Amino acid sequence: MAPQTRTVSTRTAGALHRRPRLRLALLLAAPLLWLAVLYLGSLTVLFVSAFWTTNSFTSEVVKVWSTDNFRELFTTPVYRQVILRSVGVALAVTVLCAVIAFPVAFWTARVARPRWRPLLVVAILTPLWASYLVKVYAWRLILSEGGLADWMLRPFGLSGPGYGLTAAVLTLTYLWLPYMILPVHTALEQLPANLFDASADLGARAGRTFRSVVLPMVLPSVAAGSVFTFSLSLGDYITVQIVGGKTQLIGNLVYSNIELNLPMAAALGTVPVVVIVLYLLAVRRTGALSSL
Amino acid sequence: MEGSAIRLSGLRKSFGETTAVAGVDLEIRDGEFFSVLGPSGSGKTTVLRLIAGFETPTEGRVELAGQEVTGLAPFERDVHTVFQDYALFPHMSVEQNVAYALKVRGVPKAERLVRARKALGEVRLEGFGRRRPAQLSGGQRQRVALARALVGRPRVLLLDEPLGALDLKLREQMQVELKALQRDVGITFVLVTHDQQEALTMSDRIAVFHRGRIEQVGTPAEIYERPATPFVASFVGTSNLLDGDIARRIVGAQGTFSVRPEKIRVLKESADSGEPEHAGVTGTVAEVVYLGDATRFLVDLDGGGRLTALQQNLETSSEDVAAYRGARVRLQWHRRHAVAVPTTD
Repeated sequence: MAPQTRTVSTRTAGALHRRPRLRLALLLAAPLLWLAVLYLGSLTVLFVSAFWTTNSFTSEVVKVWSTDNFRELFTTPVYRQVILRSVGVALAVTVLCAVIAFPVAFWTARVARPRWRPLLVVAILTPLWASYLVKVYAWRLILSEGGLADWMLRPFGLSGPGYGLTAAVLTLTYLWLPYMILPVHTALEQLPANLFDASADLGARAGRTFRSVVLPMVLPSVAAGSVFTFSLSLGDYITVQIVGGKTQLIGNLVYSNIELNLPMAAALGTVPVVVIVLYLLAVRRTGALSSL
Repeated sequence: MEGSAIRLSGLRKSFGETTAVAGVDLEIRDGEFFSVLGPSGSGKTTVLRLIAGFETPTEGRVELAGQEVTGLAPFERDVHTVFQDYALFPHMSVEQNVAYALKVRGVPKAERLVRARKALGEVRLEGFGRRRPAQLSGGQRQRVALARALVGRPRVLLLDEPLGALDLKLREQMQVELKALQRDVGITFVLVTHDQQEALTMSDRIAVFHRGRIEQVGTPAEIYERPATPFVASFVGTSNLLDGDIARRIVGAQGTFSVRPEKIRVLKESADSGEPEHAGVTGTVAEVVYLGDATRFLVDLDGGGRLTALQQNLETSSEDVAAYRGARVRLQWHRRHAVAVPTTD
């Protein structure tokens, strides 16, 4: 073996090898800086500014500590309604996504021929590559008066939902569905086939196998997917503007307050953050976060 | 107890081009410990899956206790299976796993628990009910799978290579326990295995499978002592197959003959019992393999051909047997131990 030449780079590598703590510090410095300064920093600014007020004549921010914004948030009926409506929309979207995703994922993961499965997954992911705005405007066309929805329902003597809350829920369900299908597909795909055999062998029909074996084993993945569908729906304000008619969600209130009353917008903005933290705590109890 | 538990007639199963089971007729008696023995790819697991109902046959009938079940789903058959990799439900506790068959049948919860605990007792796993399968060792999981399949007292218990994943010591211990358990509960056991030792140890009767067909059905002694085909002779235990010129020269008859290595004595070249019922040949020891409890001799015969002989190490040690390499010896056996093996061609 040739004697090792001690270049600068080998010496540096050697020095780092002997100092694992230094190595770790160098590796993590940049991402930690990003997380601390940019991400947590802006969150902190949001929380702090939520306790400021505005001069109602000049719309200028007055940096005086007060809890007026939050008092207004909880006492004004409009705000309370909008908050409840937003949480309701997020829950409805999540439930719809779960109900639609299960059969789709069952088909792509277990029924379709194995060679087709990767292609089907790609097909499910394809809408994610299209622009968000294009998709929402497509739904605006579908739901417009005399549009596709109306045309398809007319033979049954019905008409489409038109623009409004229902339209917003439908569009949001469409937008976030892949985020639910994907984890459920993965969970179903990983279910060992012999568990189905074992269940049938012990006397269980398909329905019992589904309730006692498939559902409990896939439920953590549904919870994992719901983290996406719930938080994405709660934060959305563009879809509801395009297809929601006059419907207002938290995002819209933040948006309309941001010029006139920045501290109020900040106070409104903390609501989804708090709701999602509570939701994550609830989901954690199902053990779903470890399967993300 | 003399009724038939399982009857297979004209059973065939093809997967596309390949034929896994190529015409099987078999009757398994009530209360019997029956083994289906064969190398991998011989169709033995497919036969088990056809009995359980996981597959439907391309042709033929499956009967359980005199009732035709050919087209019935697994949950309509009074048969439970112990799977090769156990297939325990990972999200359920051991107790819930064992009680599953009872829960499905709508047995009340209190009775379910009592019977699950009793079944866990039968496989010596008392006190493990609350654990998850992931917290158990391989041998313990195997017992849970056994308890889960036994708790509903099926007419027939199918075991698909149940001991394959265990280490040798545990496997030997479980062989004894399985046999004892089967005697206690009196249920028909059908064991699929590629391990001839396992089949010989535990079974009342064995069916030897080869290329989707049954080569021989019989008691362990019949299978071992009187192999019906050259395949059985070579697959079950080791065996010296003599045919053609060598058979004529050594056995003195036309045909194929099997001589088990342990039936052959290794003697000094000059030693000859002179008894008419003894057959013998001379040769040179080509290889000596020390096995601990026994020694295997590979002997090149003077007129061509090679025989394997097995001797118990009653007094010899590894140093002694090494000296045999290259030695001139006489191999001798009783004429009745050269068993004629019928050949098809």
